[in-house]
Amino acid sequence: MTDRDWLLEYRRRLGEEGVSCSAPDPDTLAPVVRLSLAAQDWRRAAEMAAALGWRWAGIWGDPGPEDCLVRACLVHDDRRVLLETRVPWSEPVLDSHARCYPAADRMERHAQDLLGITFHDHPHGHRWTRHRAWREQDHPLAPDFPVHGHGPKRTPADTNYPFVRIQGSGVYEIPVGPVHAGIIEPGHFRFQAVGEEVLRLETRLGYVHKGIEKIAVGTEPAALARLAGRVSGDSTVVHAWAACQAMERATDHGVPARALHLRALLAERERIANHLGDIGAICNDVGFAFVHMQCARLREQWQRRNHELFGHRLLMDVVAPGGLACDLPADGIDTLRADHQVLRQDVEPIFAIVDDHPSLDDRLLGTGRLSREDARMLGCTGYVAKASGLSFDLRRDQPYPPYDRLRVTVPDLQEGDVASRVRVRMEEIHASLDLLDQLLDTLPPGEVASDLPRPAPDAQGIGLIEGWRGEIMTYVRFDQTGRIARFFPRDPSWFLWPALERLIHDNIVPDFPVCNKSVNGSYSGHDL
Amino acid sequence: MLRILRQIGRTGVLTEAPPATDDAALEAAGIELRRTLSSRFRGSFAIRHVDAGSCNGCELEIHALNNPYYDLERFGVHFVASPRHADGLLITGPVSRHMETALRRTWRAMPAPKIAISAGECACTGGMFGVSYASCGRADNVIPIDVRIPGCPPTPTRLLQGILAAIGDQR
Repeated sequence: MTDRDWLLEYRRRLGEEGVSCSAPDPDTLAPVVRLSLAAQDWRRAAEMAAALGWRWAGIWGDPGPEDCLVRACLVHDDRRVLLETRVPWSEPVLDSHARCYPAADRMERHAQDLLGITFHDHPHGHRWTRHRAWREQDHPLAPDFPVHGHGPKRTPADTNYPFVRIQGSGVYEIPVGPVHAGIIEPGHFRFQAVGEEVLRLETRLGYVHKGIEKIAVGTEPAALARLAGRVSGDSTVVHAWAACQAMERATDHGVPARALHLRALLAERERIANHLGDIGAICNDVGFAFVHMQCARLREQWQRRNHELFGHRLLMDVVAPGGLACDLPADGIDTLRADHQVLRQDVEPIFAIVDDHPSLDDRLLGTGRLSREDARMLGCTGYVAKASGLSFDLRRDQPYPPYDRLRVTVPDLQEGDVASRVRVRMEEIHASLDLLDQLLDTLPPGEVASDLPRPAPDAQGIGLIEGWRGEIMTYVRFDQTGRIARFFPRDPSWFLWPALERLIHDNIVPDFPVCNKSVNGSYSGHDL
Repeated sequence: MLRILRQIGRTGVLTEAPPATDDAALEAAGIELRRTLSSRFRGSFAIRHVDAGSCNGCELEIHALNNPYYDLERFGVHFVASPRHADGLLITGPVSRHMETALRRTWRAMPAPKIAISAGECACTGGMFGVSYASCGRADNVIPIDVRIPGCPPTPTRLLQGILAAIGDQR
């Protein structure tokens, strides 16, 4: 199949169904291909893509004075298409994709709460991101909605959310959160259980909604990169990179090769730090503190090196529009090379214990199983998908520089249980260490910073970055004056939370923490 | 078992001496007359942490407080699951409006004497989120704060200094 054959086939099938669509300026949002269609064909186009086995990867609206341009992204292997349609404010209704793509459920409701678009025939049309900070008739992303809002002076607790109820002899309910018993982000979980077995879990999120999409409007590119770095603090490098990549594509700006190499180096360092933390925390959640302490030790050493070489333990604000805020010091290459070798040796005895310790096997094997079919249907990416037989990774399958010149090994496991998600992380640490060495071997000389040119009015771009948690897709559009008009960072967590609800079925309540940790969705990245 | 013991032996003790809490650090954290109060906690200080809207960067560094390098528990400071057991409330993030009531209720549920510590730029000043339709801004706007630990996020050393200063530990 040549590059556009897959698209012609899709359009031919749509044509057979009587759906006409046009491809406006195919390169404006490259590498994504735009397909514009009428609002009444919105649902048919998604059904057709679902029948072809394409993955649903996000929806967002870009509000204008008369109408809202709604876009949904669909992924076929390594290619992606952006369906777009205009929804007039006079009748802001669009058919829902959630019947054929369960992945669309919550993101459509997010768009409904923030933009005021009603999704027709949605399986659960009620609010999602909105609690009680703004009224039902208000829509924060509407251009005339003031950034300070006009809600009540004090926001009362959320009530009357229509949780699904299960009734029957012996069924009981466990409400948990938003404040959890630990150092974690807030969210509400509603378990229905019989004895120890979980019949159903419903998550209620939105507690850390801080209006990121709204406050991004009117910011300068540098400020947007800093804001993107705080969409989810554990993914600061990759979110900042995705936002910068989108801005750089919008302005058709070539970033110095050295900066791209170092961005990848930072992203792989972030992946290793988070995977180390997660492996330790998963073991800790089944009472095996030894691995937790060992991994915490390695993570701390890793973060101290971040601070020494890049000035920040979590690498915040290092990625900037046009390149990087600081260069790797001259002696940094040797330091890092030595570090990589040390970490390889250090993880070996620890991972050997994780691999075959009987008490870990007992708790992790077969726990929290997510089938390949469920992972596909829910749109999962990252370690959750890789553990369930869906080995997709942007760095290998749709590579952006510098990964287009590197060998990227991607784990491919089938069982889909907690143990597999641990194993994916362990394999990815090794793969990232190899990538880090490759990056150092091929690190080009030169500058790491460049000035982002002044964007053309309405210039827009899409950033696509493989974060440690999965695929990040960020949309940016500039206004007439070179400031940001629309920013939508789509974190992989949108698709991980529904996966958690699915994989907890038939597990026991005490296994919830370890299942949750193995999925490790970001609350902040999801609530925005 | 032998492998585990061998690894523990190889790793050895990594815990570092606590950071000095000099006058500048005390001033930065806004400590005034905490020592009288701290005598009531009698060498044990239980913290309830509430993420009121953080990006989770602060949480990562708070977690690091329990790693072998900082080992917060050796100072008698530990994190507890219930506000009923807590002497101090550690708040991160700008207070999102959706967390406002949960934060107030957590604070109300804590028995006196109690202190509130805001950790991170957002909780101390509102940070880049400030006050908006979705955010109440700094934690002070919702409950009275005794000690501030700035930084985005504060390093574990800064957190340790701030917490030790808050309970008047001058070791």
